[in-house]
Amino acid sequence: MDGRIHSLETFGTVDGPGIRFVLFMQGCAMQCQYCHNPDTWDTTKGKHVTIEEVLKEIEPYLTYYKTSGGGLTVSGGEPTLQAPFVAELFRQVKERWNLHTTLDSNGFNDPESERMQELMEVTDLVLLDIKHIDPEKHLKLTAQSVEHTLKSARWLSDHGKKCWIRHVYVPGIHDDENDLLNLGRFIGTLKTVEKFEILPYHQMGIYKWKELGREYPLEGVPSPTDDEVNRAYRLIEQGRQSVLA
Amino acid sequence: MSVIEREVMDKQQQDGWRGFKDGKWKKEVNVNNFIGLNISPYIGDESFLAGPTENTTALWKIVSELTKKEIANGGVLDVDVNHPSTIISHGPGYLDKDKEQIVGVQTDEPFKRSIQPFGGIKMMIDATKAYGFELPQEIIHMFTEIRKTHNQGVFDAYTSEMRAARKAGIITGLPDAYGRGRIIGDYRRVSLYGVDFLIKEKQRDLKNLEVDSMDADTIRDREEISEQIRALGELKKMGEMHGFDISKPATTAKEAFQWLYFGYLAAIKEQNGAAMSLGRTSSFLDIYVQRDLEEGVLTEETAQELVDHFVMKLRIVKFLRTPDYNELFSGDPTWVTESIGGMSVNGDTRVTRNSFRFLHTLYNLGPAPEPNLTVLWSTKLPEGFKKYCAKASIETSSIQYENDDLMRPYFGDDYGIACCVSAMRIGKQMQFFGARANLAKALLYAINGGVDEKSGAQVSPEFPKITSDVLDYNEVMKRYKNVMEWLAKLYVNTLNIIHFMHDKYSYERIEMALHDKEILRTMACGIAGLSVVADSLSAIKYAKVRPIRNEQGIAIDFEVEGEFPNYGNNDDRVDSIATELVETFMGMIRKHHTYRNSLPTQSVLTITSNVVYGKKTGTTPDGRKAGEPFAPGANPMHGRDKKGALASLSSVAKLPYEHSLDGISNTFSIVPKALGKDEDQRKTNLTSMMDGYFGSGAHHLNVNVFAREQLLDAMDHPENYPQLTIRVSGYAVNFIKLTKEQQMDVINRTFHGSM
Repeated sequence: MDGRIHSLETFGTVDGPGIRFVLFMQGCAMQCQYCHNPDTWDTTKGKHVTIEEVLKEIEPYLTYYKTSGGGLTVSGGEPTLQAPFVAELFRQVKERWNLHTTLDSNGFNDPESERMQELMEVTDLVLLDIKHIDPEKHLKLTAQSVEHTLKSARWLSDHGKKCWIRHVYVPGIHDDENDLLNLGRFIGTLKTVEKFEILPYHQMGIYKWKELGREYPLEGVPSPTDDEVNRAYRLIEQGRQSVLA
Repeated sequence: MSVIEREVMDKQQQDGWRGFKDGKWKKEVNVNNFIGLNISPYIGDESFLAGPTENTTALWKIVSELTKKEIANGGVLDVDVNHPSTIISHGPGYLDKDKEQIVGVQTDEPFKRSIQPFGGIKMMIDATKAYGFELPQEIIHMFTEIRKTHNQGVFDAYTSEMRAARKAGIITGLPDAYGRGRIIGDYRRVSLYGVDFLIKEKQRDLKNLEVDSMDADTIRDREEISEQIRALGELKKMGEMHGFDISKPATTAKEAFQWLYFGYLAAIKEQNGAAMSLGRTSSFLDIYVQRDLEEGVLTEETAQELVDHFVMKLRIVKFLRTPDYNELFSGDPTWVTESIGGMSVNGDTRVTRNSFRFLHTLYNLGPAPEPNLTVLWSTKLPEGFKKYCAKASIETSSIQYENDDLMRPYFGDDYGIACCVSAMRIGKQMQFFGARANLAKALLYAINGGVDEKSGAQVSPEFPKITSDVLDYNEVMKRYKNVMEWLAKLYVNTLNIIHFMHDKYSYERIEMALHDKEILRTMACGIAGLSVVADSLSAIKYAKVRPIRNEQGIAIDFEVEGEFPNYGNNDDRVDSIATELVETFMGMIRKHHTYRNSLPTQSVLTITSNVVYGKKTGTTPDGRKAGEPFAPGANPMHGRDKKGALASLSSVAKLPYEHSLDGISNTFSIVPKALGKDEDQRKTNLTSMMDGYFGSGAHHLNVNVFAREQLLDAMDHPENYPQLTIRVSGYAVNFIKLTKEQQMDVINRTFHGSM
C-alpha cells in the first residue's frame, strides 16, 4: 500500500506524549489562514512511500520511543485523507512493536465512515484540532464548516476514545470572550478529553507561503503575548466549568 | 631520616588520613584505590544543595567587574612583561584575601597575565604587541640568542614538505609555536599524599635508573625525573609563599581543595598548554567534604562555598595568546576540563554530592565556559543525577557528555577528559597532541594531482590529475587513498618532530611529576572535514559530478546533477562512507613509527577551527562553496540532516570509536520548545535521548538548548549577555567573545525543531 508523505521527524516531542516519530502526510482540504505547513496542502504532491519503507524509518529509534513513553504520531497535512494507509501503518506498528499511536487530525472526515472506523480501531490517542468554535468564523478561517470537527469530537467522546483538544490562538481571530467561553462549554460536554492545549500562533511558516508564491493572509499579525494566552486558558476553563457544574 | 623525624611525619600523615579506609593506597601512590575504598556514592536528587554565601557573591562580583574591565581593555587587562612565568616566579595574588576560601592566581594579581616563552618567543612578542604591551628587549634577547625555545627547535627540523603542507593548511593547528597541553597531572596526589611523599617516590624511581648502560632513553628518563623532583620542590615553595605547608597530606576538605589547586596552579604557571585540563577531582574531594561534614567542621553551605571558590579560580585561568590563536579556537579557551560522574568497574556509581555541587556552580555563579564541565554519562547513572544534568543543560547549555559505558572498558574507572574528548587514565597516561589533518582538502588534492586549489602550488608529490568530464567514484577513491597515504606519513613525521622538541625545550615538569614513572603515551592525530568528504564522495557515487576547471586544470567548482544521500540522515549508503574514512585513515596512521613509541590514535574533532579550515579550502563536490565553514567535529553539515535529531545522532553514533580513540565530537543544538512542552517533559526527553544515543555506542555530545533568536539578539546586544555560554566542538565558549564569522557559523547550524 502506498502513501504520500511530506516529511518525517524522528525526534518529535510536542505531538503526543514522550518522544515520537512524527510522519507528516501530504494533502489537506482545509486551508487555514495561519497554517505553518502550507506546503503540505496540495494533494497531488508529496513522496510516495510504502508501509514497509515507513516502518524501516521508525525501527532504528524504537528504544527512544519506548523508554520515553512515546510512540508514533501521524500528522500532516490531514492524515485522514489517507485513512487506509494510516490505519495499516498503525496496525503494523502495534503488531510488531506494540507502539503507541496518535492521530493529529482536524476531524474533517466523517467518523462514522467505514474507513475512519478502521483507523480509529488502531488509534490510541487523537489530537483534535478545533480551528474555531464559531461556525461563521470557522468557515472564513478554513473554507470549511466546523460541524464536521464537532461531530468527530462527539463521536470520540461517545466511543470512549482518548483525545487532546488543541486550539491555535491567533490575536484578532480567537480573542472574542464569547467564543472562548463557548469553546470551553463545548469541551465541557466531552468525556474523553485528557488534555487541552492552546497553540500560540507563530510566524515561522510565513516563508513557506512565500516560497509557494501564495499571499499570506495574516501578514503583520503578531504572536499572542503570554497574558493573552493565559486569558484564553482562563475563559475556556470558565466555560468548561460552567457546563460541569 | 631520624626516628623522631619519622614519628612526626607519621603523625601528620595519620592526621591527614584519619578515618579513611586502609588499602594499597597507603603504601604506594594509588588514588583510584583510595577513591574506591572511601567514596560515598549518592543516588538522590539535588534538593540538598545550598545557594551562594555572601562571600561567594561578593567575590564573584569582583570577578565580574574585572571581566568587564578586561573586555573594555581589548581582551587583556594587564601583562607582567618582565618575569617569565615559573612555578615560583610570582608572589601570591588575591581577589579579596579575607573572603577567599581557596587562594592563588597565576601572578601577583588576578587577571594579570604572565609571559610564558618556552613554547615560543614569537607568540609572546606578537601577543604582547597585539594587546598594547611591549616585551623588553632583554627578554626577547634571552629567548632568541641565549635560551632556545620549542618553536625554534621544531623549525630547525621541519622539512620543506612539512612547511608547505602547513602553509597550505592541509595540516594545521599544530602545537609547534605554543604549549601542546592535553596532559593532566594527577593533582589529587598533592592532597592525598603531600609533596614529600611524592618526592620520595620519585627519588626511588631515579635510584632505580642507576643502570649499567646509559643509553639515550635512560639519560632522558634520568633528566626528566630530576626535573620532576625539582618542580615538586618548587611546588612546596609556592605553597609556603601563600602561607601553607603542603609537604604533608591535607587534613581537612579546605586543605584538600587548596593542595589540589596548588598542584594545578603550578602546572598553569609553568605551561601555557593549549588545553590545561583538571582531571576527575570532584568525587575525590567529596571524600574530604564528607569527613568534615561528619566531624561537624563543615555545613552544606560551607561545603558549597569551597566548591564555588575553587571553581571561581578555575574560571579565571588566563593565558597570554595571540588574537590569531584566539580566532582559531574561539574566545580565550583554557579547557580546564573536569570530568564528573561515571561508574566504577564494580558497578557502583562514582556520582557523589560533590558531582552535584560542581554543576551547581552554574547557578551560584551563573553559566560559564570554564571549567569545561564534562559529565561521564552511563545509562546506569542514578536517575536523580541524570535529571539534574538535563536540567542544568536546558538552563545553562554549559555541559558536555561523554559515554562512560564506552570508555570504561578502555580506560578503567579513573580516567579523565583532556581538552574536549580525549580520555586518559589519570596520572598513568598522557598524549602528544596532534591537531588535525584536513581530509576535505586532501580530496581536492586527489582530484587535482596534489596542486593546492587555492594557491596553485604543488604541495604533495605530483600525482596524476583526474581529467575526466564526470568524476568516477572508483578512480577518485584510488587517487584519494594515495593522497591520504602521503598525508598520514607526513603528518606523523611532523608530529614526531614537534613532540621531540617539546620534550626537549618545554618539558611539563610538574604535570609529569604528578604521573607514574611508566606511562602510556598516545600520538593523538585528528581529522577535519569528515562530513564534507562523506557527502562529496556520496555525490560522486550516487549523482553526477562534473568538475569545472580553470586554465591551470584545477577543479575550482563542481556541477552536481541528481540526488545523493547526505550524512546525518541515518542512511547507510553515505554513513558507511564516513565510517570507512575514519577506519581507513587510522589504518594509514598506524603504519608509521611514532616518537617515544607512542600509541597512535585519532579524533574527529575540530574545536572551532572548522571555520578556519573552511576558509582555507576550495569548493568541494558536496556543494559547499570555497571558504564556507566545515561542520564542526563529526557533525553532519548543517541543513542537510533532514529527518530530525535522532536520525542525525544515529549517523554520528556509527563512527567507530575503536578507530577514533581520541574522541568523536558532536554538537547538538535544539530549541527549548522542541524538547517538550514543560520543564519535566524536557528533562525526561533529554535524558531518554542521551540514554538512547549513548546506549547505541556514541561517544560525545554537546548539548545546547536555546533559540536562534536569542543568539541573534546577543550579536546585536552583547552587553546583555555577559555570561551567555554555548557548547561548540568539545568545549564551551562565551558567545560574545566569538568573531562575527564564528557567531554566524553557530547560528547557521542545524537547530533541531526550529521548523
